[in-house]
Amino acid sequence: MMLVAGIDIGSLTAKALILEDSKIRAYAIIPTGVDSEGTSKKVMNSALERAELSLEDLEYVVSTGYGRVIVPFANKNITEISCHAKGAVFLFPSVRTILDMGGQDCKAIRCDASGKVQNFAMNDKCAAGTGRFFEIIAETMELPLEELGGLSLEAMSAAKISSACVVFAKSEVLALLRKGVDKKNILAGINEAVALRVFALLNRVGIEKDFAITGGIAKNVGVVRKVEEKVGLKALIAEEPQIVGALGAALFAKEALEQV
Amino acid sequence: MIAHYGYADGSGEYYLIVDTDRCDGCGRCVEVCPNDILELAPDDYGKTVVRVKDEFVNSIGYICPACKRRDERCESVCEHAALSYTW
Amino acid sequence: MLVAGVDVGSLTVKAVILKDGEVAATTTLITGDDAATAARTAINEALKSLAERGVSATLDSLDYVVATGVGRKEVAFAHEVKTDVRCDAVGARHLFPSVRTVVDIGAESCKVIRLSKKGRVEDFTANDKCASGTGMFLDTLAKVIGVGVEKLGELSLKAKEPAKISSMCVVFAESEVISYIHKKTPVEDIIAGVHESISNRIFGMMNRVGIEKDVALVGGVARNVGVVRALEARAGENILVPEAPQIAGALGAALIAAKACEGGA
Repeated sequence: MMLVAGIDIGSLTAKALILEDSKIRAYAIIPTGVDSEGTSKKVMNSALERAELSLEDLEYVVSTGYGRVIVPFANKNITEISCHAKGAVFLFPSVRTILDMGGQDCKAIRCDASGKVQNFAMNDKCAAGTGRFFEIIAETMELPLEELGGLSLEAMSAAKISSACVVFAKSEVLALLRKGVDKKNILAGINEAVALRVFALLNRVGIEKDFAITGGIAKNVGVVRKVEEKVGLKALIAEEPQIVGALGAALFAKEALEQV
Repeated sequence: MIAHYGYADGSGEYYLIVDTDRCDGCGRCVEVCPNDILELAPDDYGKTVVRVKDEFVNSIGYICPACKRRDERCESVCEHAALSYTW
Repeated sequence: MLVAGVDVGSLTVKAVILKDGEVAATTTLITGDDAATAARTAINEALKSLAERGVSATLDSLDYVVATGVGRKEVAFAHEVKTDVRCDAVGARHLFPSVRTVVDIGAESCKVIRLSKKGRVEDFTANDKCASGTGMFLDTLAKVIGVGVEKLGELSLKAKEPAKISSMCVVFAESEVISYIHKKTPVEDIIAGVHESISNRIFGMMNRVGIEKDVALVGGVARNVGVVRALEARAGENILVPEAPQIAGALGAALIAAKACEGGA
């Protein structure tokens, strides 16, 4: 039995996943605190607890994500680009294009059948279309974050939102609310603006079948539908889209052991 | 692998693009960069290639367009045409 | 001859009336949700202040009106519309005949325009639908810091060591500013950091079009002396700022109107 782990320290959430041979044994997701090192220990311990294991039982740990270099118990760190590709192809072997929509960034990745990255572009300079973007929209509209997607699907028509820039979108949302436009229609407009934005990123790397969306925003069904419309492909989405990066990291850990 | 380093913002797309299959790691581009934003480093699959240092990825648009008027640029000195840019 | 330029910006409407080629009246007021009405109010206010100086005129007695700005198509009484780029170039060139690079930082946009020796637009770049590098960036961060936006410039000049703000996106910069506030970093240093951040962004745009001397800064943000100093330090150039930088576009529009009139006469 081979036990390895992948740990993904993102800007908003940290994920840890334990792989037993080729099976996911346990995983954990917690918010990233100010102390990234402490967060990495906490999320790993939480996954270990669920797996009824201790850190010593793990033969190899690969870290990834924005905070990957500060994980004290990692044997190696690998970029989240490579990990998302690896993880997505493991879950859906036919996947060649991946859109990862995370807490503070967006990535478009094209890969081969082995999950090796062939082309990528990311944007972590701007909050448009990230988790942070939707947090602010939810706050502005006084709606729970997790309800945004479902509500937007009930829209009669999408309100016009001209920019995916958080600051501009927020003032446009406020103006639409003042005019009494239905919140559902506003949400549909927001999703449209975000979809346009990520579609441009996807076009940078080129879109090839099959297509998957990973990251926390993959849980927002409204955004997913709009992106699917633009791309013209159905999006494959993991049961837990937030752990795809950690899964990829764990798969790299497994490979590292097998090479020895 | 084709690596897009950079971003798109309201004033345009600013990507420095590296084709790591073409890059042989000679380092000429690193030498000519007046702002020292490039480095040679192994990628996730173990090949040593040129990349944009992390701390510069989000300021490419402020740094690199000034090189348009120089003769010796990272992209112009590369014998394998491994680099290109979008501005 | 009486002509006018009206610049309908996202935050404010500016109107300039020229009498025989000289500025005779100017007004600036908030655009609000209804740009068409705001434009009409602005021109009426300018006409009123003209009357106070003994020149009575009505909207109908204006020989020619040129509209510019993001809401230029809403100006029903304009004879012609011109782009902001064109009007900024004409306005800045009139104020400073030696100008070759015009930077315009408005409430929701920024532009860099490069002019030929003769003043023709050779190249320009604009920031669209992104708040970084605009007045909105300063406004949002001023609120977080708890300082009126008009005080930013002067305060920043007292900075000892500007705080480093690496994000250009307002949302991310906001988190950086908040963490500096928690760390009890002096407010002056945070503000100076904000100004450096915005000037980095503008400098990048200047590089994209190529910088030619002299450089002028127009638009409402040019009234912030901290931004002017930061941009001067970044670009290594002296920057010319007119007395009323926010009306440069409207002035350009009015000058174009005057020219159109002369041509017609």
